Formats: sequence, structure tokens, C-alpha cells
Amino acid sequence: MLQLVRAASRASRHTKALLPALTKKWERIVTAKQAAEAGGGQARIAKQHEKGKLTARERIAAFLDPDSFVEAGSLVQHRCTDFDMESQQYYGDGVITGSGTVFGRPVFVFSQDFTVHGGSLSESHALKICRLMDRAVAAGAPIVGLNDSGGARIQEGVLSLGGYAEVFQRNVDASGVIPQISLIMGPCAGGAVYSPALTDFTFMVRHSSYMFLTGPEVVRSVTGEVVTQEALGGAGTHSSKSGVAAGAFDDELEALSAMRDLLSYLPPSNRHAAPLVPSRDPPTRSCPALNYLVPDSDAEAYDMHAVLAQVLDDGALFEIAADHAKNIVVGFGRLGGRSVGVVANQPAVLAGCLDIDASVKAARFVRFCDAFNIPLVTFVDVPGFLPGTAQEYGGIIRHGAKLLYAYAEATVPKLTVITRKAYGGAYDVMSSKHLRGDTNLSWPTGQVAVMGAKGAVEILFRGRSQEEQEVKTAEYEEKFSNPMQAAKYGFIDDVIAPQDTRRRLCAELEVLKDKQATRPWRKHGNVPL
Amino acid sequence: MRRHVPLTRRIVAVLAGYSGTGVHSATPAWALAFSTSGPTRDAGTSGRLFNKILVANRGEIAVRVMRTAKKLGIPTVAVFSDADASAVHTRFADEAINIGPAPSTQSYLDMHKILAAMKATGADAVHPGYGFLSENAAFAQAVEDSGAAFVGPPHHAVHAMGDKVESKRFAHAAGVNTIPGWAGVVESAEHAIELAKDIGYPVMIKASAGGGGKGMRIAWDEKGLAEGFELASQEAASSFGDSRMLIEKFIEEPRHIEIQVMGDKHGNVVFFPERECSIQRRNQKVIEEAPSPFVPPELREAMGKQAVALCHAVGYHSAGTCEFLVDKHRNFYFLEMNTRLQVEHPVTEAITRQDLVELMLRVAAGQKLNVSQEEANCVHGWAMESRVYAEDPARGFLPSTGRLMRYAPPRGEGVRVDTGVQEGSEISMYYDPMICKLITHGADRPQALQRMRQALDSYVVRGVQHNIPLLRSVLDRPDFVAGTFSTAFLAQHYPSPADSAPAVLPLTRAQEQELLALAAVLHVLRSTARAGRGDGLSEPVDLVLTMGEEQFPARLRPSPAGLVPSSSAAAAAPSFQVELAERVLQVTPEAGPSELAGVLARASIDGPVREDFSRAVRSPMPGTLVSLAVAVGDAVRPGDDVAVVEAMKMRNVLRAEVEGVVAAVEAAPGDTVAADQVLLRFD
Repeated sequence: MLQLVRAASRASRHTKALLPALTKKWERIVTAKQAAEAGGGQARIAKQHEKGKLTARERIAAFLDPDSFVEAGSLVQHRCTDFDMESQQYYGDGVITGSGTVFGRPVFVFSQDFTVHGGSLSESHALKICRLMDRAVAAGAPIVGLNDSGGARIQEGVLSLGGYAEVFQRNVDASGVIPQISLIMGPCAGGAVYSPALTDFTFMVRHSSYMFLTGPEVVRSVTGEVVTQEALGGAGTHSSKSGVAAGAFDDELEALSAMRDLLSYLPPSNRHAAPLVPSRDPPTRSCPALNYLVPDSDAEAYDMHAVLAQVLDDGALFEIAADHAKNIVVGFGRLGGRSVGVVANQPAVLAGCLDIDASVKAARFVRFCDAFNIPLVTFVDVPGFLPGTAQEYGGIIRHGAKLLYAYAEATVPKLTVITRKAYGGAYDVMSSKHLRGDTNLSWPTGQVAVMGAKGAVEILFRGRSQEEQEVKTAEYEEKFSNPMQAAKYGFIDDVIAPQDTRRRLCAELEVLKDKQATRPWRKHGNVPL
Repeated sequence: MRRHVPLTRRIVAVLAGYSGTGVHSATPAWALAFSTSGPTRDAGTSGRLFNKILVANRGEIAVRVMRTAKKLGIPTVAVFSDADASAVHTRFADEAINIGPAPSTQSYLDMHKILAAMKATGADAVHPGYGFLSENAAFAQAVEDSGAAFVGPPHHAVHAMGDKVESKRFAHAAGVNTIPGWAGVVESAEHAIELAKDIGYPVMIKASAGGGGKGMRIAWDEKGLAEGFELASQEAASSFGDSRMLIEKFIEEPRHIEIQVMGDKHGNVVFFPERECSIQRRNQKVIEEAPSPFVPPELREAMGKQAVALCHAVGYHSAGTCEFLVDKHRNFYFLEMNTRLQVEHPVTEAITRQDLVELMLRVAAGQKLNVSQEEANCVHGWAMESRVYAEDPARGFLPSTGRLMRYAPPRGEGVRVDTGVQEGSEISMYYDPMICKLITHGADRPQALQRMRQALDSYVVRGVQHNIPLLRSVLDRPDFVAGTFSTAFLAQHYPSPADSAPAVLPLTRAQEQELLALAAVLHVLRSTARAGRGDGLSEPVDLVLTMGEEQFPARLRPSPAGLVPSSSAAAAAPSFQVELAERVLQVTPEAGPSELAGVLARASIDGPVREDFSRAVRSPMPGTLVSLAVAVGDAVRPGDDVAVVEAMKMRNVLRAEVEGVVAAVEAAPGDTVAADQVLLRFD
């Protein structure tokens, strides 16, 4: 059960030491600020709490370091005079904007207030967000949006729509400059979904948030499909099916706490390095359990999470889109205190094949890491791309190309460990030496080949006798089902004992930390969207 | 309404009695044991007891037997199934031979494969360990027939003691106390009363076809027996369709206590001090100790003598164990004899300073026992053993299979870990899911117990579920600590499997506070590390910790210098003083990943509850209160002057911000006031 708590009132701070002559002038301001803090009033706040939701201010207080929030624009009001709106004025106009710190580092935050006009977006509401974004970009600090809004302020018409577009434009301008994170904590429908969609990561809260372009009513009237809000655009849907959300949390405090966690891995902007977070986990720690992890049989799966839990600092991984395209694992971790972006094939799901969803998920993650100078560590156990009409009709060629493009384009340090299979085109894609991987390692169980032994022999020696095929299979295995050939050509820098993986990666990362690489000038590349 | 900053950070901490030290894995304990037990060969091969010994077992017992063999300079042979190709025992042996597929019926239990392995490797002795073929008379005979030595009792003794009914007859004939009863069917209530006169009350009547407590009655006198017989036989008839009844002595508050014996081939038999094995779950021993807190020397002597008498009666040699039930009046009754080395033999070794495997090997080689009865019965301190299993206490103790992703066994003075696993080992579905036997030894019971607590607390097992939380919980039960328990202990305290789940095991108050202190320190360490401020804590931090329904305010500050341990590891890591309402704890996190064994508790961590100052007037800066314009009971409106504070030679008029009635005045004119000190409060 979510424990609902109220943020401490800070009104008293404004009037601590007053010069007598200013008291009258202050009074009006104090009254206005108190009104701003009260939001839409006790009744609506109580309703918000009943739904298991915190108020906009409580969310900010829970998210930021204690007492670090500095508000801007608390006295803003809307300018609408239609439909008797001039009489419905609230200070702040449904969104609280300002800055504060998370683990001592600056961050900008806006929090939509559902108790004021349903958190709907007016022109001035949008402007507040835009100003905040401009400041965040200038200051080079991340921006976090806590979304809880009924949508456009209908009374304001095109002014509201224009407001959305102003925000979208800034989302795009800030993309790759500062990390942008959206946390959906209530409704987010229609055009409103596109601001979160343009940010780097969107997270949702289960059972109290939903996102869709058109709601269940419209869906039913247009297509006849009957679907609930939750099934259409709930946190479960978006974090597993659509991939719109990078994660879903059971309650708001958990979600806000996770956002702090995520920020601890990220640099404030593309001008800064990610914070160094020293751990008590020694970089030289040996991981003997890894020696036994890869099963003897190629057909048997193992859990790639177990590898990551052994290798990363304290075994901690902040996984992105954990429930979507589970055949690839992406997320943030640390090695020797340095943030890294981890991309790992997951043999336990779909044999670790690359498919459309996995390619898109990983490609976007790789591009994020590259934009923010976070080194990439890739663990490879991939039997290839998933075959089938569904994949081909869906454009696996185009989508697979995204991941290939992302890896090739990335100039951050790229470290790769082949744990088992690295077959076919997927071998090339997964941060191979040929895509300018900096350090490419393999476990002794690595197999770099065009395909598995059985499949290869069936093609090369079709129609030959069983015995002959068996001989050829053994020959193929001897030749290709190991990392020796790739190592011979220098495509693999070293074959290492699995237990040394952590130690080696930490050392390589230390060496590569100041890596510089340039690409020819261009306006921008043309990633195969 | 009280207002406070919401809790923002949640952690799930894992603990049962934090020992204050982090655990870091370097060399596993078994590896240490390896390096210290290099062969100390007797001069020349001729001096060896055997040319080569094959251990027909796996896991910890195989390793344990080989360790002694290595000590005696005997080359060792391991047998292994396909599933154990890279197991510890396989690699520990000088030689290893595959004996087939994973299922034990096709490998470890297949005596022909073992015999073939002996032949192939040239082993002239075989130690069967416990379980598998250890109590298989046919195997013992086959080994003897092949001309090799079976390190165990003679096959006829294995056979004689293997049959429960037969062994009781033997025991009875040898003058060993057996549970009084009637070997045949009880015909009527009158017959039962007649029999009970010989047996002595209380008696138990039970259905011949019975089970699960049905058709079973306990009677304390004739009247009760007459009634009970009728009811029980009716119940038996309706439940099993068989009303035949048996009668025997009812053992009140029984304890399971057993006597270790050792005999040679020259007719010498000695007994060792008893082992207390009453902490059992469905006849499976969980925690054992030696000696028993319930057994005085006279009883030990009496039990030991009967055990020795039985051995003489069956012509026993090698190691064996006579199991007894002891009632609350200290009457003891023979249950059965185990003709092998017991799982729990290390507790006896600890308190007698003997190596029982060495004695077995020497006896098997035909040597005379070099231990006198007096030496054997000499008790040095106290020892306990916990059986650490990969099982899920929350799910009916089903084996929990998987890989040991992190594994760091405890170490320390008086701690012995007998194990056949290491980090990375797999607990497979094919065999007993034991992780280790953890043995602690101390000068007395409290010391052995404390060492066991600390050992369990610092045990790191990740990757499989395990019973450490339950073991740890048992150690804190007052009746366990007092030594007053019976075989019903676990059933009484943990009636259903759900009661043993880590999330519901109770914490003592001290453990609760240790957990909170630990959670607070972890929280602060994590926050400071992420803020890039190193580990230091420059000023005290106030937190509110919530566990269950209760809230605990806590203040953290760096430990006073004098309290920080002087070891280099501790000097490098910061130490914290955690001040809880009832206790002040010092916490020194050591380097390395620290994990704690035990119950799961969820603690949430929160900033301190902030006082709501919106209904108070506070001094804006340090100064002197010059005057007060209001008194208790006065009504004020926003903007009204309420007080004047002089500071920096300036008079500051303080005004009310809210409407209200003055409820309290907390300073008087002339008082020196601090910044933010509350001067007035409103309703």
C-alpha cells in the first residue's frame, strides 16, 4: 500500500526576517504562494490520494534530495478568457516547474498537477515547461517530466495545441544534449503522448497511468474493438508489448526512487562525463561461477542475467525495457565505478535470436549511450536473426539495420565478450571488431561461424551419407566451433577464462576511458528508420 | 496533521543477526583445507595402510574421507557420474573414474560399476561413505570376496543390523533396552490391560495398518486404555479396514540421542560420548550437537555400555552408531544401529579430538584400536553441526536446484565446513541437495552456539534457496538455547512449512535493531557514493526507518575514533555509529561485497519527520527576545506583531503568518534565542 505523505510547507521560509515596511507587500505574495502550494484544493488532493497517487508537489519532494527544490513560475496564470475561464485561476496553472538535486547533482523537473484543471495543458502551462527545458539545456542538466495530465486545455483551442508543439520542438532540440526522462503517473492521451515519446526514456506506474493516441471509446466506435484502458495503453501493455515504456513500477514511490537510481548512471549532459560511483566491489574480483555457466550442449540455454550479475559492480543492472523483447538485455551498470551501457543477447529467450523488437530496442539504447559518452559493453550469444515471414514482412532487414547502424556509428569505447555463439550476420552486428570494436574478447566456449555445424554440413554436403556428414560435422566443429579462427585473424583480441571477465573489462575500460574517434562532417547520418 | 518528507528510498535488506562484518570470498574453505592437508607419507609404500583407496561416494563425504586418506599418504580414487564430471570430489582425488549416467541407480548405487572401477584403478580398499552402498551387505561381501578391504563393518553385521525387527531382537538378547511392547496383535481391551501391566504406563496403542496418527491412542492408566482401545480399533477398522492393534510403551518427550562406537578386528570396542540429534524434521536431522545437554555422565556410561555390548553380540568392527530414544525421565530405548559413518560424525570428532575416518582405515587394515575407552569418553568442549541444505523452506522444503552463483563459506576459530561444493557448483536434481555441514566447536555450549550463530550470519549462498534462515532462527529459540527440547521441537515451533519461510521467521529485538542499523548504513553509503562524496559522513544524518508497522528514528554519525577497529581493512572503510532509541550500534562495513544470511525483512528508509512550523513563530536569527506582544489565548491575524527579537543591534519585529490562537509561548523576554528557535505556537 502506497503511503501517502505531504510535503512540508515551505511558506514560512519566505517570511523569516521581514523588514516591517515590506510586510504588506509580502503578504500578498505569501498568500499567492500559499495558494500555489495548495494546488486545486483539499478536496481534489484527497481524491488524488484516494487513487493511490501523490500530488504533484509530493512527487517532487519524493524525487529530489530533501529540501533541494527551487521553484520557478509558481505565480504563473493562464490568459484565457473564453468559457468563463478568467474566473478559474490557479497560481502555477497546473504544472510545477523548477530545479533541485538528485544525489547532489542538478536536475530540472516539471510535475503536472492533476488537481488543477485536470493537469490540462494551456499555453502558459506549456510555456513554463518550455522555459524550464531551455534552462536545462543551457545549464547542461537532465530534465525529468512527471506527467499527469488530462490533455489539451480545450478552452484554449489552438493555443494549447501550439503549446504541445513548442514542447515537442524543444524535446527534439534537447535530444542527445541532455538526458530527458518521462514518468507517466496518470493519463497521457492524444497529442500529449508525443512529448514522452520524444524523450530518451518513458516509464509508467502500473494501474494508475495509461498512454494512447485514441482511447477505448474511439477505438470501439471506429473499429468495433472492445478494449479496456489498461489493456489498450496501461503500463503492462507499453512495457511489454509495444515497447513504448522502458519500464513499469508498482507504485509511485518505487517509480520515483528508480528515476533517482537511473540518473545516478547518467551524465548531466553530453558535455559531461557520467559520475564515477566507486564501489566496494573490487574491479579485480574473480567470478568462478562463470566458468560453469555455459552448458556443454549448444542446444541448452542459460540466463544471461547471471553473467551480468557476476560481472557488473555489485551485480547491479538498471535494466531498460526488461519486459519487452526479452531476447536482448539492455541496461546500465558500472565497472570499476564507471557507468557502462550493457547490451547482451539472452539465450534463455528465443535462443537469443535478433528479431525486429530486439534490434530496435538495442539500437535505440546504443544510440543513447553513444550520445552521452557512456561506453558500451556487449555480451554476445546469438544464433542469428529470427527467420520467418512475420519477421521478413515486418521489415527485419530495415530494423536489423538500425542496430548495425547504431553500433557502427558509435564512437564511445566498445567492449565485446563472445560467450558462446556469434553466428552469421548477427556476429557482424553485435559490436564486432569490423565495426571498430575496441576490445573484442571471447570465452573458450565462443563459436564464431557463418552458422552452426549441423546446418553448415547439411548445406555443404547435401545428399552425402550419414557417416560422411558426421565426419564433416566433426571437422567443421573442430575448425569453427571455437574462437580460434577469429582469433587467428585478429577479429578477437584475446580468449579469456570466463572467471577473468570482470577483471579484464575493468582494466580495458580504464585504458579506453579517454578514447577519441571522429567521423567525417555531415549534417546528420541517415539511420534506417 | 503531521507533515513530513515522504519516504523515497526503499531497500530490502537480508539479515538474521548482523555480525558486523562483511563477507568477502577469496579462497573457498575447501581449497584451504586442501592446501593444508598435503600427504605426510609414512616411510615407503610398505608403511601405508593401503596402496590405493576408492571412495564410493560423492560430495562432502567423499572429500572428507579423501582428506584423511591423503593425510595418511594413501592415494585416492574418486568415482563420478556424468553430472559430477567437474565436481569438487572428482577433482580433489588423485584419480577419478566415470561410473555412468547421472541417476544414482545407474552410477553410485550400481555396485558392479564400483567393483569394476576398483579393478580398473587397482584400489585395494573402498570407503563407502554414508548413503548409497554404505549399508548394503551384498556390496560389503562382494568387496571382501574380491580380496579388497571394505572400510566398514563386516557384512554379516551390516545384514543383521539392517533389518529393524531383527536388530531389535539382537539388541534385546544382548541386554540392550528396547521399547517395551508386545510383538503380536492385541486381541481385546482386557488383553491390552494385561500387557500394559508388564510394559508400564503410559502406553501407546496403534493400528497395525496405521499411519498419520489415525487409530492411535495414548493411555496413562487402565481406564484410559480400555476406552482408548475401543475407540482406536473402531477408528482403525473404519480408516484402514483392519482393526488389528499393537501396543508399546509411550515415550514421553522423546529425545533422539545416539552413541558412536568403534571396534577393531581384534574384539576391542569403544564408545564415544553421545550426540544429541533431536532437532529433526520428519526424521531428518537438522541440527546436532555433542555432548547432549540432557545426558549426565552416568547415563552416557550406561548407554555406551549397552552399545558396546550390542557390538560384541554381533561381532562388530569399524564405526557404527546406536540410536536411542530417551524419555523425559532419562529412560533410554534402543531404536536401531547404523552400520556406517554418520553424517554428523564431525561433532564427535570435535569433542574427542579423534579422526574417525582414520580409525576406520586403521581398523580396516587390521590394526588394533589405539584409543582406550577412557580416552574415547573424554569430552573436550562442545560442538554443534548445522546441515545446510539447498531447499526452499517456504515451499515445503523442496530441493532448490541451481548453481551457486556466489558462495563464501564462513571461517574462523572453531569453525569447520565439510562441503563438496564451491562457487559455481551446481546443486543438481539427482542427489541430496546438501550444501555443507557446518560444525562449530567451543569451550562450552554457549561458545559453540555463538560461533554457530556468527558462522551462519556470515555465510554467503546465492543462486539457490537454502535453509540458513531456519537454522539461524532455531539457534535463537529460548528452549534451544536452554537445551530443553524434544524431537517435536521443529513441529512445535514451525508447525507448517509456511512458518519456516524467511519472510515470516521472527527476529529478536536485537536482530531487528542490527538490521535497521545495517539498512541505514547501506542507505547512507549508497547515497554518498552516488553523490560522489566518497564514503565520508561529514555531519550526522537523521533517518526514519520503517519495518513492519513500527517506525524507528535513527541518527548516523561517523564512529568516534577510539571505537574503530585498528585493522587495515577497517581503517580504509568508514565506520558508523548508528543511534537508535534503545541502542547505539557501531557498524564497520568491510571491503568486498557483503551479504548476510537469514530472514528477509523489508525496511523502508525515510528522512526524519519534519516539524510543521507553519503554525509557529521562530526566531529568524540568534539574538535576544526583547518583548512579546501576545500571550496564551490571544487571537492573532496574519500580519499582527507578535514579538521583537534584537540581533546584530537591529530590532526585528516578528509577525504572525497565519490566523489562530496562541497555544504556547516557549520563550520569555530577555531570553537568548537561537536561530529557528520556536517562540510561539498557534493552535
